Amino acid sequence: MVQHEQPDRRGFLTKLLAVACGGLATLVPAGAGLWAFLDPLRRRGGGAQLIQVTEIAAVPDDGLPRRFAVVADRKDAWTGYSAEPIGAVWLRRDQGSETVRALSATCPHAGCSVDMAPGGNCFRCPCHNSEFTFDGGMVPPSPSPRAMDALECEVGKDGAVSVQWRKFRAGVAEKVAQS
Amino acid sequence: MSDTNRRAAPAAGQGPLGRLADFLDDRTGYRALVHEALFERVPGGARWRYVWGSTLVFAFMTQVITGLFLWANYAPSAQTAWESVYYIQHEMTGGWLLRGIHHFMAQAMVVLLALHLLQVVIDGAYKAPREVNFWLGLVLMMLVLGMALTGYLLPWDQKGYWATIVATNLAGIVPFAGPSLQQLVVGGPDYGHLTLTRFFALHAGFLPATLVLFLVVHLALFRKHGLHARQPVTRPDAMFWPDQVLKDAVAMLAVMAVVMGVILVPAVRTMLAGGEVDWGHVGAELGAPADPSESYAAARPEWYFLFLFQFLKVFEGWGATGEFLGAIVVPGLIMAVMFLMPILGNWRLGHRFNVAFTLGILAGAGLLTALALNEDYCSLWIDKASLADAEKLHAETGGDHEKIAAALGDDPVRIAAMRKQLAKLEAYRNSQAFLAASRQAEIDAARAVELAGRPERIPPTGALDLVRHDPLSRGPRLFGLLEGKDCASCHAHVDPQAADAATRVAAASAPNLHGFGTAGWVRGLLDPERVAGPEYFGNTAHKDGDMAGYVRDEMADAEKWKPAEIEAVAVALAAEAGLPDPTATAAQVEQGRALIAAVDRCGSCHNFHDNGTGLGTAPDLTGWGGREWIAGIVANPAQERFYGDGNDRMPAFEKLLSTEQIGLIADWLRGSWYRSGTAHHHAAD
Repeated sequence: MVQHEQPDRRGFLTKLLAVACGGLATLVPAGAGLWAFLDPLRRRGGGAQLIQVTEIAAVPDDGLPRRFAVVADRKDAWTGYSAEPIGAVWLRRDQGSETVRALSATCPHAGCSVDMAPGGNCFRCPCHNSEFTFDGGMVPPSPSPRAMDALECEVGKDGAVSVQWRKFRAGVAEKVAQS
Repeated sequence: MSDTNRRAAPAAGQGPLGRLADFLDDRTGYRALVHEALFERVPGGARWRYVWGSTLVFAFMTQVITGLFLWANYAPSAQTAWESVYYIQHEMTGGWLLRGIHHFMAQAMVVLLALHLLQVVIDGAYKAPREVNFWLGLVLMMLVLGMALTGYLLPWDQKGYWATIVATNLAGIVPFAGPSLQQLVVGGPDYGHLTLTRFFALHAGFLPATLVLFLVVHLALFRKHGLHARQPVTRPDAMFWPDQVLKDAVAMLAVMAVVMGVILVPAVRTMLAGGEVDWGHVGAELGAPADPSESYAAARPEWYFLFLFQFLKVFEGWGATGEFLGAIVVPGLIMAVMFLMPILGNWRLGHRFNVAFTLGILAGAGLLTALALNEDYCSLWIDKASLADAEKLHAETGGDHEKIAAALGDDPVRIAAMRKQLAKLEAYRNSQAFLAASRQAEIDAARAVELAGRPERIPPTGALDLVRHDPLSRGPRLFGLLEGKDCASCHAHVDPQAADAATRVAAASAPNLHGFGTAGWVRGLLDPERVAGPEYFGNTAHKDGDMAGYVRDEMADAEKWKPAEIEAVAVALAAEAGLPDPTATAAQVEQGRALIAAVDRCGSCHNFHDNGTGLGTAPDLTGWGGREWIAGIVANPAQERFYGDGNDRMPAFEKLLSTEQIGLIADWLRGSWYRSGTAHHHAAD
């Protein structure tokens, strides 16, 4: 009977070893691939950066928002771009006011670019029709989960208008800055 | 030998070829494999309703073949993706056909998927023992849709880019893993090279490889269980080869014919109309290169994803919950129900439920697609005249609810009716905006293709760089023509030949700059009838200024200014601008230059090549209308060289625009941009 048991046990060990060796051998290339594939998770955007977008003279104090490109150096993996448009903001100044208010033009819903509504009395995203007031507030009913993202905006002594440019997660109710 | 045995082990071959076949079969056993593949009983005989699975395999093979050849010419990166697709589409022999087949077969595949699924559900082919194969089929369906989604981005044009932003942002709202998942497929926090390389690896590697694995098992199980025959079986059985194969092959040919038809019909129509076909524009479209800074109001997914796009709008007002429900939960639940169909089918009414559910989903998707199309195109069929009242009221009240109610005498019936009209008006305007954006997208795409076709080729910085430095593409935007701002908030830029030119020019508060720098523009300026009209100084502070006065008093007097002299001044200024008038002679230009410089003529106010007038009361005409001159006046019109203190309202744009942007405006106004056919069209200034 002993003779019958031995091949069985050896069989189990052989199987175990075969699976372990084969699995381990396959795990090496798969693991190496996955390790590299997960690299983007370590990458972070530039965080917030103060970028001059225009001069106060270009933002008439009529309460109507105007769109300005946000231009900055940008890196895309191995390519470096200098002074590229990286996004856009809507700037607005009330009558007689010296403060400028800034909204990111990126729609908080799904990331399209928010435009002026065809009627010209509110903002409207052309993708899913989210509408926003000139303050950035939601015009219900709106597919967007939150109001447009306000950005900190500074007016320098020389009239330079700068915004704290950053990106936020789309599609969520809270305004979460992307790291 | 019995009949069966002979089939399983065919007779030994005759002659040299037969002996070779015997040799191969002995070493490989291929006859048994071929037999396994082809000699399958089809209960009740071959039927057309069984062809859908085969057409799908055919469609997939078509995608593999055309995809590999496209791959041989495609370079995924932000500076080469659009460029290589442009090259395939517009320059390679037959590239348009290759890409056209791949593009439209992908769409055919989605249709065939729907038909195959419908047929399997209606026939109850998902029931035991075929449950696992049904699940495999659903996985295959998702893989195909995944390939469709990832393929849309690869040309890196505006529509693919913006559609992908939406799709990946939706992936980002999946709980917990969402943001990481998004970052992994996008390849980092921003869209760029790695988005392309990853989407390409998914599209041409991971997804099709997985698909092949599942397809092999799907087909093996299909063979194991045999064809699910339509009941009751009334006709005699047939063999898969050749009876069903013939029907399958005819169906494949029909699918291919439809795809070829979609590609070729527009070209054939052009030919029949006697036109010349530009093959680069036949087949799949290629938009303008992806530009993260240029918003794209015509952003839409491919038509077969429109229902999902529209579905998100159903949850308007639900906030983040709605987004989550619309993009993740409901589609997830629908897929879950489909996966449960084989189990639900065991319930007494299960099969009916499954059929009704599938038909309901398809009908719902169809309805949502129709709604999406209606939103985008309704301005083509809504009668605008019926909205006149709403339009007037909206203009008067600015859309304010209380004012509208007051204007309608607080009559609830009229208010409700007007609300409907106002909603219709909004839909009409949104549709118009979409159609305008689509037209602009077509113009931008055509221009990008024209620029890419320059003999100098695309620079290493990519086609986007060409577009961004192109006066024809950038000029109207910088001028503000598309949004009625910046220059265009005061100046008109309207071809005087245009139908509505007069009204548009009259609405502007500063001169019409169309054709600025040409002799034609100067002729109008020097015309006593027109100088103080809206085309020139009519709506400005210079309306009653020295120039308008001089033209009306002095130049109108044929004793003082002969018509030939005025014409000489016009052509001389055009020559100064580097935009010489084709009718002008050298003698005319010389005469004009002398008149401009003469201190008792134009030179009494204007400086012209140091004629001694100095920078006095009127703009310097030295280099008038040239690139440098226009850039100078745009940069700062209040410079002494231009209007000095006499500047009306024009701001100094050097504070608002870069030198390059001002140069682009100048080039655009002068019509100085690349034109195909005239490779080196540069004004000689």
